[in-house]
Amino acid sequence: MSDDLIRLSAADLASKLASGEVSSVEATKAHLDRIASVDKDVHAFLHVSEAALQTAAEIDAKRKAGEKLGPLAGVPIAIKDVLCTSDMPSTSGSKILEGWVPPYDATVVAKLRAADLVPLGKTNMDEFAMGSSTEFSAYGPTHNPWNLDRIPGGSGGGSAAAVAAFEAPLALGSDTGGSIRQPGAVTGTVGVKPTYGSVSRYGAIALASSLDQVGPVSRTVLDSALLHDVIKGHDKRDSTSLRDEWPSFADAATAGLAPGSLQGVKIGIVKELNGDGFQQGVKARFADAVALLTSAGAEIVEVSAPSFEYAISAYYLILPAEASSNLAKFDSVRFGLRVNPEGGGTVEQVMSATREQGFGPEVKRRIILGTYALSAGYYDAYYGSAQKVRTLVQRDFARMFDEVDILLSPSAPTTAFPIGEKIDDPLAMYLNDLTTIPANLAGIPGMSIPMGLADEDGLPTGIQLMAPAREDARLYTYGAALEQLFEQSWGHTLISKAPSLSASEQSAATEGVV
Amino acid sequence: MPDPRRGPNRLGAMSEITREQVEHLAGLARIALTPDEIEKLTGELGHIVDSIAKVQEVAGQDVPATSHPIPLSNVFRDDVVGETLTQEQALAGAPEHDGSRFKVSAILGEEQ
Repeated sequence: MSDDLIRLSAADLASKLASGEVSSVEATKAHLDRIASVDKDVHAFLHVSEAALQTAAEIDAKRKAGEKLGPLAGVPIAIKDVLCTSDMPSTSGSKILEGWVPPYDATVVAKLRAADLVPLGKTNMDEFAMGSSTEFSAYGPTHNPWNLDRIPGGSGGGSAAAVAAFEAPLALGSDTGGSIRQPGAVTGTVGVKPTYGSVSRYGAIALASSLDQVGPVSRTVLDSALLHDVIKGHDKRDSTSLRDEWPSFADAATAGLAPGSLQGVKIGIVKELNGDGFQQGVKARFADAVALLTSAGAEIVEVSAPSFEYAISAYYLILPAEASSNLAKFDSVRFGLRVNPEGGGTVEQVMSATREQGFGPEVKRRIILGTYALSAGYYDAYYGSAQKVRTLVQRDFARMFDEVDILLSPSAPTTAFPIGEKIDDPLAMYLNDLTTIPANLAGIPGMSIPMGLADEDGLPTGIQLMAPAREDARLYTYGAALEQLFEQSWGHTLISKAPSLSASEQSAATEGVV
Repeated sequence: MPDPRRGPNRLGAMSEITREQVEHLAGLARIALTPDEIEKLTGELGHIVDSIAKVQEVAGQDVPATSHPIPLSNVFRDDVVGETLTQEQALAGAPEHDGSRFKVSAILGEEQ
């Protein structure tokens, strides 16, 4: 029974909760049991909530009393540690915030509570979301549920691994250059980066403010749509928050399941996002996807974005520049770690000693790089030029979207690589986000859904859909349609092929690691 | 505004990132890097800067800069007192406080 509960989609679990067939306490307990049984190996969670069962009981009581509840009421959810939670530590994967419990909830967390979801805990991530593998977490790496020796992507490897390992049906992530979509690709799950400004970032510990966006993580397109419906909308506490009225994304996803929903849809394949350096199995699955879409009546057009060649360079100037400024707040005064140098010192010396001890190698690397890019004499040549590339990327997207309804590419150039393989090679690590970065630079929405397993290693690949800014609904309609096409062609969901992580496999996998 | 085409020649060469430069940047960023870290970062920063300097190739004078992907302007709120943290909440996460204020060590060193 409890194993069945953890394998349900959030939508199916929600309907069982609504009908009274299952209680939120039962659903929450099933997921807590799963976490207790597999998370020692997966390490998706940094903290498991002690209040989850109590919260679930309160929601069950409300339902019993006949209160009108939201569509996801009683469904458990995992929360990326970048988001402030007033009842759980929020560290952003960093030692500098170890044990810090924020005095307020992020707006998206408050929205989850208001919609009666059950927070299960906080998920692991690269420190301050800087990384593509979750290996830069100060609390140790997360392991990919498909192969525990492999990375789960990053920075949101914890959220992706939690849903892939059936430890939670839903999770929240954040995506600055691919941190929701790339982990989705390598764990066989779904992740969405919404339009910039469409989901509040109040209470999200900032990495790069002109790029960051909070979004849903799940195992199905409809589940992401349901979660997106909970978290979207204007927030007066976030000055970049858009005032748009958003359509129902769940309705948009449902519309995609209707027969003929892909008939005549113009789909652009971005030439620059499927070339040299992409793993053979990724390219093969992408070709399969294009063939499937053609057979479903979609019109495939090859489009080109010459500026994308420069996008990754622009990103690795803009992000460190903004991060070096955002992370100045970790100053040993108001919150977090304080390290007193031997023999004491001025506040500046205390600050420097604290940041030396509290920050990990990737964070230091990017702060120094950002400080360099912003320093006098270099500002125009680097940061200024990167901002111009950003304009060119936006223009390329505008031109492509004049021609097509939606753009497609692989979500990541490779499948999950072995833990440790790229940890000492920053430039190789940065290339993991090659496919996802352009959407962040332009502020447009992007989604990754499972695209099948690569022949050479049997690991998941992902396909990325991109839509014009404010057209997130298109991702859900065509994403749900494509998900349905894939599953009809395979005869099963991709995630059903993930290892069960049962006791025997667990110990075998652990031995493999040791 | 410098000519961007001059950039790679002036800035791009790896050897131009020196140990002293990294030390200086670490000081600006308030991180007390160890000598080993400075050594390692000097090399890494050189490689990274070499690789990302190519942004200058396409950043012509005629291309405007984009700072925010979806720009908003004049985002104001009414000038009234909002919901704020209590003093207790604001101090709750502080490494050291005296009950009403954050406590820090000396602002100025002896030589200042």
